[in-house]
Amino acid sequence: MTLTPIITEFWDDPKLYTLDGYRSHGGYRALASALKQDPDAIIGTIKDSGLRGRGGAGFPTGLKWSFVPQNDGKPHYLVVNADESEPGACKDIPIMMANPHALVEGVIISSFAIRANHAFIYIRGEVPEAIRRVANAIEQARAAGLIGKNILGSGFDLEVVAHSGAGAYICGEETALLDSLEGFRGQPRLKPPFPAVAGLYASPTVINNVETIANIPYIVDRGVEWFRQFGTEKSPGFKVFAVSGHVNRPGIYEAPLGITMRELLDYAGGMRDGRPVKFWLPGGSSVPMLTADHLDIPMTYEDMATAGTMLGTGTPMLFDDTVSVVKAVTRWLEFYKHESCGKCTPCREGTYWITGVLEKFEHGHGTEAEVETLVGLCGQIAGRSFCALGDAAATPYPAALKYFREEFLAATTTSADEQFDPVASYVFAGAVAR
Amino acid sequence: MTITNNTGSDLAAVETITVVIDGVAVEVPKGTLAIRAAELIGTEIPRFCDHPLLTPVAACRACLIEVEGMPKPQPACAQVVTDGMVIRTQNSSEVAAEAQAGVMEFLLLNHPLDCPVCDKGGECPLQNQAMSVGRPESRFTEEKRTFEKPINVSAQILLDRERCVSCARCTRFADQIAGDAFIDLLERGSKQQVGTADDQPFDSYFSGNTVQICPVGALTSSAYRFRSRPFDLVSVPTTCEHCASGCSLRTDYRRGVVTRRLAWDDPEVNEEWNCDKGRFAFQYQTEGRIAAPMIRENGELRVASWPEALVVAAEGLRKAGTAVGVLVGGRATVEDAYAYQRFARIALGSDHLDFRVRANSDEEAAFLKSAVAGAPVRTTYADLETAPAVLLVAFEPEDESPIVFLRLRKAAAARTAVLSVSATATRGLEKMHGTWIPAAPGAEASVLGALDSAVLDQLRQPGAVILVGERIASIAGGASAVQALAASTGAALSWVPRRAGERGALDAGALAGLLPLGRPLTDATARGEVAAAWGVSADSLPSQPGLAGENLLQAAKSRTIRAIISGGVDLGDFANPALAREAFESTGFVLSLENHHSSVTAIADVVLPVAVVTEKSGTFLNWEGRPRPFGEVLRDALMMSDAAVLGLIAQNLGANVGASDVPALRRQMASLGAWQGSRESAPTVAPAAAAGGVALATWRYLLDEGSMQDDEPHLAATARSAAAVVSAATAASLGNPAEVTISGPAGAIVLPLEVGNVVDNAVVLPMNSAGCVVARDLGAGYGEQVSLRAGGAA
Repeated sequence: MTLTPIITEFWDDPKLYTLDGYRSHGGYRALASALKQDPDAIIGTIKDSGLRGRGGAGFPTGLKWSFVPQNDGKPHYLVVNADESEPGACKDIPIMMANPHALVEGVIISSFAIRANHAFIYIRGEVPEAIRRVANAIEQARAAGLIGKNILGSGFDLEVVAHSGAGAYICGEETALLDSLEGFRGQPRLKPPFPAVAGLYASPTVINNVETIANIPYIVDRGVEWFRQFGTEKSPGFKVFAVSGHVNRPGIYEAPLGITMRELLDYAGGMRDGRPVKFWLPGGSSVPMLTADHLDIPMTYEDMATAGTMLGTGTPMLFDDTVSVVKAVTRWLEFYKHESCGKCTPCREGTYWITGVLEKFEHGHGTEAEVETLVGLCGQIAGRSFCALGDAAATPYPAALKYFREEFLAATTTSADEQFDPVASYVFAGAVAR
Repeated sequence: MTITNNTGSDLAAVETITVVIDGVAVEVPKGTLAIRAAELIGTEIPRFCDHPLLTPVAACRACLIEVEGMPKPQPACAQVVTDGMVIRTQNSSEVAAEAQAGVMEFLLLNHPLDCPVCDKGGECPLQNQAMSVGRPESRFTEEKRTFEKPINVSAQILLDRERCVSCARCTRFADQIAGDAFIDLLERGSKQQVGTADDQPFDSYFSGNTVQICPVGALTSSAYRFRSRPFDLVSVPTTCEHCASGCSLRTDYRRGVVTRRLAWDDPEVNEEWNCDKGRFAFQYQTEGRIAAPMIRENGELRVASWPEALVVAAEGLRKAGTAVGVLVGGRATVEDAYAYQRFARIALGSDHLDFRVRANSDEEAAFLKSAVAGAPVRTTYADLETAPAVLLVAFEPEDESPIVFLRLRKAAAARTAVLSVSATATRGLEKMHGTWIPAAPGAEASVLGALDSAVLDQLRQPGAVILVGERIASIAGGASAVQALAASTGAALSWVPRRAGERGALDAGALAGLLPLGRPLTDATARGEVAAAWGVSADSLPSQPGLAGENLLQAAKSRTIRAIISGGVDLGDFANPALAREAFESTGFVLSLENHHSSVTAIADVVLPVAVVTEKSGTFLNWEGRPRPFGEVLRDALMMSDAAVLGLIAQNLGANVGASDVPALRRQMASLGAWQGSRESAPTVAPAAAAGGVALATWRYLLDEGSMQDDEPHLAATARSAAAVVSAATAASLGNPAEVTISGPAGAIVLPLEVGNVVDNAVVLPMNSAGCVVARDLGAGYGEQVSLRAGGAA
């Protein structure tokens, strides 16, 4: 399958991030046509396109938009989730850096469709460069009359705000993001009510991922049929895959959904030193890992689910055979422990406990009984926690155990560093003096 | 099918649905939560964060249940049941049981095993549920999380963070119920903890409730911490004696000493809450009590035997004849107040009675006699909750009746418009989402007479209520205007006195010209009814109203009144303490029934010790007029109630006042019943103009120098510090100084200046706080003129 650069098509243009650069490649053409349409027609287009959310869950975007009650007399809001913090995920920030106007144009069209006059882009606080890029794009669009009152003479008004997060992974959870945006401590909200009915400031709100919104101008501009020529029936379209790990050319590869990991790996120049793939994750640390046996499974929402994992953010991380899976899982759990918001018991206490046990394994002090205890503890979190963070935290260990049980058993006597030379796993291993 | 609320037929019928829980079908009102529905069939689902009076958060996850059709276990505390829903709790679902056990195991991970030294041990929901749902032994062998302990979130409330299970009951209470969101959860993950902002302690009037609803021992009070174990305590249901809210309390004592008090569950009155004064202020019951009768001899009080003291007391009273003034303090129970007036009228033949030991007026007396005394319960807490509008006049609920405040806050969040005619819009009013109708202090009556038509329309709605506080007595024409407003709009009118005994004393007839239960003394039929109940001849009762209020004090000062009986009165309580002192010092004989030495016992010729509330039974009538009876807590205290002591004095006077035990007094009042005849007409006093210059607005803050808060240093440390609050314009006219000097006829007070929502040319002061005792230090009262000057004492 060939690569299909669309959002990434002109990323070699150093001025793409400017309004003029974006316009020189056909930018804001879709907006002009969208503003002449009936907003419901745009919702229909997105529904027909089958676009699914690119933030991880894969919820159909058009359907989400259609949940917003119309003519309810309340303000509506569009909130873009740009709090990309998932370990291994690096696609939204590059989009915001290289092609911020695709996001801004998508925001304007999407807001028009759902009748929102106020949109917020909630950007991860650790990337001030991306915040500046997006803020700059907003200012340029405003100066060009693309944001503000009576956009392009359509009578449609829109304000767009780039909002900086403050360093909490939980604020990528959509309701925690809303609390944070409202000025409260970022913790997930009880649902129902769902954001489409009572979201930001208790008003109907659509929350979409950066990549999802960046898709919108292209779909509106080029049509449903064009979009559906990519991907599969259930996973139409293309995806910005961010490949990382022990590959020769880590980076962004935009390809139709349904491409296999093996093909993506080829584009990424194969594994370093020709070493074998030990395990890989299709989309962030929150999805179950796969092994070299799974490289030929199409990267679609449905095929990944069949394989017992999820497409997630579509940002594959690949690890070669120098890596201790015990150590990798421990690092992820330390991350979830650090990022657990503390609201619910299973996630708050479970990540604390599991991390403590895993750290013992890492140092060769686990017990065989604890190998099973950990499975039980993950089961005590999964499906019991308040939000998906807990579920995510309960994911790495059982998946790792499924394929690498013997490694955990070995960790009852031998530390991870003794089993696997840590230096060998470094990307810069060759540069380290022995 | 529908069910109706059992409190009456005027409430709308409730739509019900049927759910099946563990195979048992149960019919519940629509909108019921699964955890409540399960309670109805006797199934207790474990819970920590759930509280019926707080909004669900579903944070602790202890209550997970299986709901048919839902892939994951659901929190029962947040799951609204729908018709036909099939629910399986831990009793019939392996999934639910395992989920609950898993959460319980997690909750105990970092919880210290310090139950043997924890205040909560023995009455701890975590302990109890660990026993029912938890594992016998922990699988957790890693290191437990620890915190520095304890930290003070206020002078009174201590926090042991490692015990906290992050249920957020305390923070939700502070935010949702009290409106004082001074505590919140900080940090995240396993470091999450309750805390306060820097230098902003949890100084809420309601902070003690968080200790009570904490499901673990994370929150404790300085007053009770390490004082006793729950299983050593004897618990007695009681009524709070501090204000007219009428809270139901639980009083716990050990070895004859009260160790703590808790808010008790009374959905119709205090729900499950009380204020910190009611919870923590009870050391006065123990500390510094007068143990034995005392007689003044050669200018000094000396201990005397009861028989001797009673003889001397009777002798002193006999010499005064009928010219005896009887003053009943605000702490009297209904029965004691009734005994005082019966004693005065039978044994002394005197009608010189007053219970209003505070600013009062003839106009107020007329208002109380015409509209309040002996009236049945008309407006209730529940009525406040459903009222479309509530107008507050001369009334600051957060300070003067905290449970009324909580209920108005709850009502306002739902539907009720709260309006306040006041010189100032306090933070309390803000918390009730209230609307301020500015009025210069003392000139409220003219504002009431000229309200906007929009306000009048609000008051004309069915169910609208006017609540008037004790300060109405300081406002010339105030009571007249309020009564006229109620009459013209149809709004219900309730008087909310500040002190617990006032409404009861009014109904008992402890006021000149007023016989029990609203009977006018000047009415022969009324006198006849009372005389019959008392077994005396109607002719023997006074038929002309006696002296009350300032007239009584003036008469004592001029020795027309030749003796005073003081039932729990402090000179500082009077609007004019200097006059009161002169009156007490000038009159021929002072008999004091007291439990502590006071400014009155320092003058009294005879001091007779009486019981405090824990040592006797009795009744308080709260502002609704609802009887709040209570039994004695400490049966072995051997202290006599005021009524019993008065009975003994009567015997020494050779008078028969009848039985003085509580059941007999209650029976006698019940047999009298409410007055059916005509009442005194409403007062018609013209509104006063605003005082010139700067007018004083002042009331007693909830936590202040009141003697019933004595010996409670931790409570006192949470009191609001005294400041002079003025409008921005008034502050500017003074040059915005940091401090101001407020001067009145008796002297001056220097206080920090604060700018607030106050009418111009007025200053708001606490009436009786540390560093600001208005009546004593200024000699000015509410609505009177004072002068303001920038800076401290020259």
